[in-house]
Amino acid sequence: MHKNLKFIGWLAVAVLGALAISAIALNRGESISAMWFIAAAACVYAIAYRFYAAWIAAKVLMVDETRATPAERLDNGRDFIPTNKWVVFGHHFAAIAGPGPLIGPTLAAQFGYLPGTLWILIGAVLGGAVQDMVTLFFSTRRNARSLGQMARDEIGPIGGAAALIGTFMIMIILIAVLGLVVVNAMKHSPWATSTVAATIPIAMIVGFYMRNFRPGRVLEASTLGVVLLLLAVVSGGWVDHNPTLRSFFDHDGLPLAWMIIAYGFAAAVMPVWLLLAPRDYLSTFVKLGTVILLAVAIVILQPQVHMPAFTQFTDGTGPIFGGKLFPFVFITIACGAISGFHSLISSGTTPKLLTNERDIRMIGYGAMLLESFVAIMAMIAATVLEPGVFFAINSPAGVVGKEAVDAIAKINSWGFAVTVEQMNQLAKDMGESSLFARTGGAPSLAVGMASIFGSAFGKGMLAIWYHFAIMFEAIFILTTLDAGTRVGRFMLQDMLGNVWPKMGETSWMPSVIFTSGLVVAGWGYFLYIGVIDPNGGVNILWPLFGIANQMLAAIALCVGTGILVKSGKLKYAWITGLPLVWLVIITSTAAWQKIFSDDIRVGFFAAANDLASKLAAGALPPEKAAVAPQLIFNQQLDAYLTLFFVAVLWVVIIDMLYATYKYLAGKPVLPLSEVAHEPSRLVENWVRD
Amino acid sequence: MLRKIKHLWHILRQLTGDDAYEVYLKHHAEFHVSAVDAPPALSRKEFFKLWQDNKWKGVKRCC
Repeated sequence: MHKNLKFIGWLAVAVLGALAISAIALNRGESISAMWFIAAAACVYAIAYRFYAAWIAAKVLMVDETRATPAERLDNGRDFIPTNKWVVFGHHFAAIAGPGPLIGPTLAAQFGYLPGTLWILIGAVLGGAVQDMVTLFFSTRRNARSLGQMARDEIGPIGGAAALIGTFMIMIILIAVLGLVVVNAMKHSPWATSTVAATIPIAMIVGFYMRNFRPGRVLEASTLGVVLLLLAVVSGGWVDHNPTLRSFFDHDGLPLAWMIIAYGFAAAVMPVWLLLAPRDYLSTFVKLGTVILLAVAIVILQPQVHMPAFTQFTDGTGPIFGGKLFPFVFITIACGAISGFHSLISSGTTPKLLTNERDIRMIGYGAMLLESFVAIMAMIAATVLEPGVFFAINSPAGVVGKEAVDAIAKINSWGFAVTVEQMNQLAKDMGESSLFARTGGAPSLAVGMASIFGSAFGKGMLAIWYHFAIMFEAIFILTTLDAGTRVGRFMLQDMLGNVWPKMGETSWMPSVIFTSGLVVAGWGYFLYIGVIDPNGGVNILWPLFGIANQMLAAIALCVGTGILVKSGKLKYAWITGLPLVWLVIITSTAAWQKIFSDDIRVGFFAAANDLASKLAAGALPPEKAAVAPQLIFNQQLDAYLTLFFVAVLWVVIIDMLYATYKYLAGKPVLPLSEVAHEPSRLVENWVRD
Repeated sequence: MLRKIKHLWHILRQLTGDDAYEVYLKHHAEFHVSAVDAPPALSRKEFFKLWQDNKWKGVKRCC
């Protein structure tokens, strides 16, 4: 009887899920309730978690709950600590879910709501969550080794080096594009700029509090910080209304970019406790709080999605970024569907806390599903806007024109209704001077969130909600920027340390300054180019980041597939092999098009040549001609960078295929580096927390 | 009800690392109880410094 009930229950979930997916896929009406998205996501996740993930854990990985994990065996009370599974889940989720799942879906909404939504759901359950879980499992079985170490141990030195270089490059591109998003959110917005600026002293106050005033009292300090942050959002409104104060925070993109660059350098050189660690606490609290709030607001309000299922931009003529639906929707949405970056957290970091292998499904697979859900909410927040408004905010001036009238005329010509008055009223409601051409996804997401929050919790405070949303995005973008610069610095010090040991000393000041400077110069360059680019820069940088991130995912899946084959599980190797093949297809196609396409919206070389010939013919307006040489150089550089990414990817794949071929042919291969079984003592005692 | 709230509070403290020092003291007491020349436990301030610096050595945040 009990079994039958269960069966009926899961059947109901399956039917509801199928119904919800058909509803969003087949809807051709004016609008559709966002509840269908939530229902579809919840059902797909539930079924995938209950059946697919459970099957992988039991049959493929064969997790062994009696086996001691590294956290238990190497417990040192500091970094290796057996920890309650919910706590590990919280740490893991906070680490993997950054701004990526918010930005990608917002940009991909230019194709309509359907392609992005389906990719987020399917990509997560078959690709991203599998990658995270499998990597977490293999790292747990190898004393919490990092992805790079596992690649070296299991495939060979080439794989290890590729993972290292890949990580470093992604970091550079990611930080640049995130910096650009923040700059675009703060451009000529004294309210946003002053709020974001205030987060720096607030983080320092919190840092002092927990370092010196009340050492280790993290919760007290964070509570104080969150209260101060909310105050900063409100007082940003006063700054905005005060003509003198206003002028201090009203800046163009370029000075803001220089400030971000200076800030990034300072943050990388300063001790962690002063800025990075306290900012991270605040951003984690604000992030989790806002995500929960958004979910509650969507359920209460049940907003209507106004974007059509598909727009005409699936043909590659989209204003936000160029390129056809295939492969670019899969490149644009990396985080939220499958993100290679996660494999760095799943290996090395999370396994040090894992008490029991049994929890690998919940932490590895479950946390990714939650991130995917965040991406679905971002998609909803972007598509509840009227499409005309969405495109007015997200289309760069270089595409639709600098003047509001031109931009509106262009957007109307695409068939999306919007008026200048409507945009002006919206900007006024949000407490901004203009919302035209605010590329990068953050402002449109903030408008979407503000209208959802405003309708659910009271309309009177739209401007406050808008700036709260901007602060929410900016604070963890800046955390990623600080943390990424720092990690890049450590990696660089590590690499240089091989040549000149003194450079490898992480606390030797000249080395710290030199390597931090190099890393900041790396992303600072791309940020600078992005800001001076009239097309907004995001259209170039985001696909580049997507390709790099998917490349790292492919490397992680290569490692997973290689280990599965070497463990004698060839017949199950498709669980990582299939997503791997798909990623190789999309990254290679996207890279090919970015390099060789004749379409100047897509191909780097095509765009560079087009600009060069226009410059030579004197066909460019003077302000464009001034920056053209830099833009031409950058397009060419981006093309070579893309080429480098695919080359690295193919080298790893061939390396992996060769290793598996050798194994299957019975030739000697690197032995499995799995640590021998040791029974867990924690299981008997049930000391789980 | 009170037990549940207590449990949640406990989880929240663990999540944020608010109780890291207590965990360390417990670990220290358990693992060094038999050693004659056991190193003395760090003070709260010393421990927090070490813990925080340690926490930020690798990749801790991604996209």
